[in-house]
Amino acid sequence: MSALSDQLVTYAILAYLVAMISHAVEYALGNARAVSVKTAAPARELVGAGAGVGGAGGPVEAPAAPASTAPATPAGNRPSRSAARAALAGRIAGWVTALAVVLHLGAVVTRGVAADRMPWGNMYEFVLTVTFIGAAAWLAVLWKQPSLRRLGLFLTLVMVLLLAFAELKLYVQVTPLMPALQSYWFIIHVSTIIFASGIFLLGVVPAAAYLMRAGWEQGRRSFPYTLARRLPAAAGLERLTFALHAFAFPIFTFAVIAGAIWAEAAWGRAWGWDPKETWAFISWVVYAGYLHARATPSVKRNVATWISILGFLTMLMNLFGVNFFFTGLHSYAGVS
Amino acid sequence: MTTVDDRPAAPPAPRRRVNPVLALLRNSWRQLTSMRTALILLFLLAVAAIPGSVLPQRGVSPEKVNQYFVDHPDLAPRLDQLGMFEVFGSVWFSAIYLLLFTSLVGCILPRARDHVRALRLQPPAAPKRLERLPQHTVLAAPAAADPEAIAAVLRRRRWRVVVRGNEVSAEKGYLKETGNLLFHVSLVAVLLGVAVGSWYGWHGNRLLVAGEDNAFCNTRQQYAEATLGPRVDSADLPPFCLKLDKFDAKYLPSGQAAHYWATVTVDQPDGATRTAGFSVNSPLRLGSANVYLLGNGYAPILKYTDRYGRTQTSTVPFLRTGDANATEEGVAAFPDANVDPKTGQRAPDQQVAFDGLYLPTAPESAPFVASQFPEERNPAVVLAAYRGNLGLDAGIPGSVYQLDQRQIDNGKLKQIGNKKLGVGEKWTLDDGSTLEFVGTKPYITIAVRYAPGQMLMLGACVTLLAGLMGSLFARRRRVWFRISPPEGGSPTHGSSLVEAGGLPRTEHPGFADEFAQLVAAVSDDGRSDGRAREGVE
Ligand code: HEM
Repeated sequence: MSALSDQLVTYAILAYLVAMISHAVEYALGNARAVSVKTAAPARELVGAGAGVGGAGGPVEAPAAPASTAPATPAGNRPSRSAARAALAGRIAGWVTALAVVLHLGAVVTRGVAADRMPWGNMYEFVLTVTFIGAAAWLAVLWKQPSLRRLGLFLTLVMVLLLAFAELKLYVQVTPLMPALQSYWFIIHVSTIIFASGIFLLGVVPAAAYLMRAGWEQGRRSFPYTLARRLPAAAGLERLTFALHAFAFPIFTFAVIAGAIWAEAAWGRAWGWDPKETWAFISWVVYAGYLHARATPSVKRNVATWISILGFLTMLMNLFGVNFFFTGLHSYAGVS
Repeated sequence: MTTVDDRPAAPPAPRRRVNPVLALLRNSWRQLTSMRTALILLFLLAVAAIPGSVLPQRGVSPEKVNQYFVDHPDLAPRLDQLGMFEVFGSVWFSAIYLLLFTSLVGCILPRARDHVRALRLQPPAAPKRLERLPQHTVLAAPAAADPEAIAAVLRRRRWRVVVRGNEVSAEKGYLKETGNLLFHVSLVAVLLGVAVGSWYGWHGNRLLVAGEDNAFCNTRQQYAEATLGPRVDSADLPPFCLKLDKFDAKYLPSGQAAHYWATVTVDQPDGATRTAGFSVNSPLRLGSANVYLLGNGYAPILKYTDRYGRTQTSTVPFLRTGDANATEEGVAAFPDANVDPKTGQRAPDQQVAFDGLYLPTAPESAPFVASQFPEERNPAVVLAAYRGNLGLDAGIPGSVYQLDQRQIDNGKLKQIGNKKLGVGEKWTLDDGSTLEFVGTKPYITIAVRYAPGQMLMLGACVTLLAGLMGSLFARRRRVWFRISPPEGGSPTHGSSLVEAGGLPRTEHPGFADEFAQLVAAVSDDGRSDGRAREGVE
C-alpha cells in the first residue's frame, strides 16, 4: 500500500506537470483581451417588462453577451483560431488537473490505509494532504468560475514544486502514532488545520496573481507584471483571494481552538506558547490583520493582499521553520 | 471620553475654548480606536510574539534558558533585561495587547450603540429614483401587486419589512454587525478568561513512584516545581492525596509506545477514597484540580549493606536519557552509609553513591550502554560505585539525579569499580559492603493543575466562532418595492406597475441572483421560488 501511495504521488506530480504545460500553451496562445472578463460571477442582466416574457417568468435573466470576448476577434480568423486552440489547451489543462487531483487523493488514501490511521502523522503526509486540499478546492473554484482558469498555470506550478519538495526532502516511511496523538481531538485539530492550510495555500495563488495583474493594469510593464498580461482581471482575483481567506479563517480559528482543547487534555494547559502555538497565534493575528485591512477603506487593496501573503509565510514558517529549527512539544511532525 | 465637567464652569464660556488637554485626550482616543491603529497593533502583536518562539522561554523550557545563559554569557543577561525569556509576560508584550484591547473596547462600545439603534430603526424609505440603484427592475403583471402581499413574501424570507403607503422597504443581514460585535466582545471575554486563570490558577509538577511509601499529598512543598497565581495562597490548595498503584504501558514491536495507563488511589478532600485511572490524553479530573500524565519511567530498588552490616534500601527514579528504548540514568546516594555503630559518628569520607544507567532490556552481551526495548524484558543496572565525600553538606543545592562533579574532580569522591547487575544480583565491593539490585518500581511524572477561567474561555470561543461566521458570511442589503397605479398606455396594459430596487450595503457578489429570485417570488407570490435560479451557472 505504501509503495502504491508513493507511485501515485509520482503520477500526480506528472499529471500536474502536464496540466501546467497545457496551461502554459493556453497562456502562450491566448489573446489577452479574451480573458479579461469583467467579473468572476457571470454577468447577467435583468430584462424587465420590456422583454415581454410575461406570465410566470416575469423578469427574465438573459446572459449578457460575452461582451469582453467579442472584441477579441477583430477581423479575420487567425486570432480566433488561436483563441480556440488556447481554450482547448486550457480545457485539457483543467481535465488533467482533475485527473491529477484524483491520483493525489489516491495517494493520500493509500498512505492512510498503509499506516492504518489518518494520513497526517508527519510533515510529509501533512504536505501531501494540504496540497490535495488546495488542488481539490481549486477544482471547485474552477467549476464555479471558469473564467479564472488561467490561474491554473500558477496553481499547478505550486503543486509540482511542493509535491516534488515533499517527495525529495520530507519523505519518511509509514509509522504509527505515538500515544500523545491518539485522541479524537487530534483528528479534529489536525484535519481542520490541514483543511484551512490547503485553502490558504490556494489563496496565495490569486493573491500573487492579483498583485502582478494590478500592477499590469496600472501600466507597469516590467518583469513580474508582464507575467500577468493574460491573467483574469485584477478585481476578480482580489475577490477570490478574499473569498478563500474568509472561508479558511474561521476554520483555522476553529482548528486553533480545537488544538487548545487537545493540549488541555494532553499537557494540562490549553495554551503554553510552545513554538508551534506561538506561530499559530502569529498566523492567526496576521490573517485577522488581513481581514481588517481589507475592511478598512484607507488601506489599499494591494497592501491588504500583501498581508495575506505574509500570513501564508507565517504558516510556512510554522510548518517548516518550527519543525526544523525549534523543538517543542509538537514533535510529531518531525522529519526524522 | 467627552467632556464631563462642563457645568461648573458657570460663565457662558464660548463653546470654542476647548480645554487643550481634553482635546488632546479626545484626539488620542479617536486615534487609538481607529481601524488603522487596530491594524498596526495587531501587526505589532504578531511581531512581538516572534522572539517568544525563537528564544527559549522560562515558562516552556527553563532548562534551555539556563543553557542559553551558559552558551551566550554576554548576550543572555541583556536579553533577560528586555524580558526576552518571558516574552508573553513582558511589559512590552502586555502593553501591546492591553492597548489593542483598549482600542477594541473603544471600538465596540460606540458600534454596539449604533447597532442597537439601527436594530430599532425601520428600514429607510425608498430613494426617489429606484432605477439608480445597483439592482433595479420593473415587474410586469405581478401576482402580488399590493404592498401587504409583497411585504408578506419578504417576511417569509426573513426580511425586516415596513410598508409606507404604496412603498415597501426591507432590509436584511443585521447579523453581519451583530456577529462582528459578538466576535469582538468574545475576544475580550477570552482575555478575561486568561486573566482569571492566571490570577486564581495554580499548577505544580512532580514525579510519583508507585507504592504506599511514595504517595503524595497536595501541598506546595511536595512539588518539584509549583506556580501559584497572585491571588492563590499555599493554604488554598485543595487537600487530596495520590498514590500510584500501577502503571501499564504497551509497546509496539518497534518500541514505539502504544498505550499508557496509570492507576491511582485518590484520597479526596471530603475523606472519600477511590481508585481512578488516567492517561496521556485523558487526565484525572478531580474537580478541584486536574492531574495530567506527562511521562513515566522505572525506579530501580537498590539495597546497600555497608561494612558494618547495616542495610539501606533506596528506590530512586532514574530519568530517561531520551532514547527510544527508555534507557535511564540516575544516582543512588547513601550519605549515611558506613556510620560506625559504636561511635554513631558519620564518616564524611565514607559516604557511598552509585551512578549509572538502568536498562529495561539489557543486551545479552557488552557493551551495556543502551536499552534495547522500552519494556522490562531483561532489566539491569550498570553502575559505578563511588566512595568519599558526596559534598551534600556544602550547602550547594545538588541535583538528586547527579553526583557533584566537583567532589570527583578534587579527589574527595573516588570511583571504586563498576558492574552490571541483573535483578537479584549482588555486588560485593572492595570493603566487603554489598549492593543488591532488588527490582524496580514504575514511576510517572505528573502535572497537577487548576485552571479556572477555562470554561469562560471555551464559551467565549464558541461565541467567537459563531460571531465570526455571522460577520464574514452575512450580508447587509436593502430592497424596495414601489407600486404605481396603472396608467393608460403603459407596457403593463392597465395593471399596476411594480418597480423594485436593491442595494447591497456590503460586498455581495451574489446579490444580483438574490434580487432576481426575490423579484421572481414577488411577481408570482412565491410560487416558483426555484425557477429563477435556472441559468445561474
Ligand atoms: C484584538 C484584536 C482584534 C482582532 C483579533 C480582530 C479580528 C477581526 C476579524 C477577524 C475581523 C473579520 C471579520 C469581518 O470581516 O467582519 C474583524 C472585523 C472588524 N474589526 Fe476587528 N479585531 C480586533 C480588534 C479590533 C479593533 C480594535 C477594532 C476597532 C478599531 C476592530 C474593528 C473591526 C471592524 C469595524 C470590523 C468589521 C470589518 C467589516 O466591515 O467587515 N477590531 N476583526
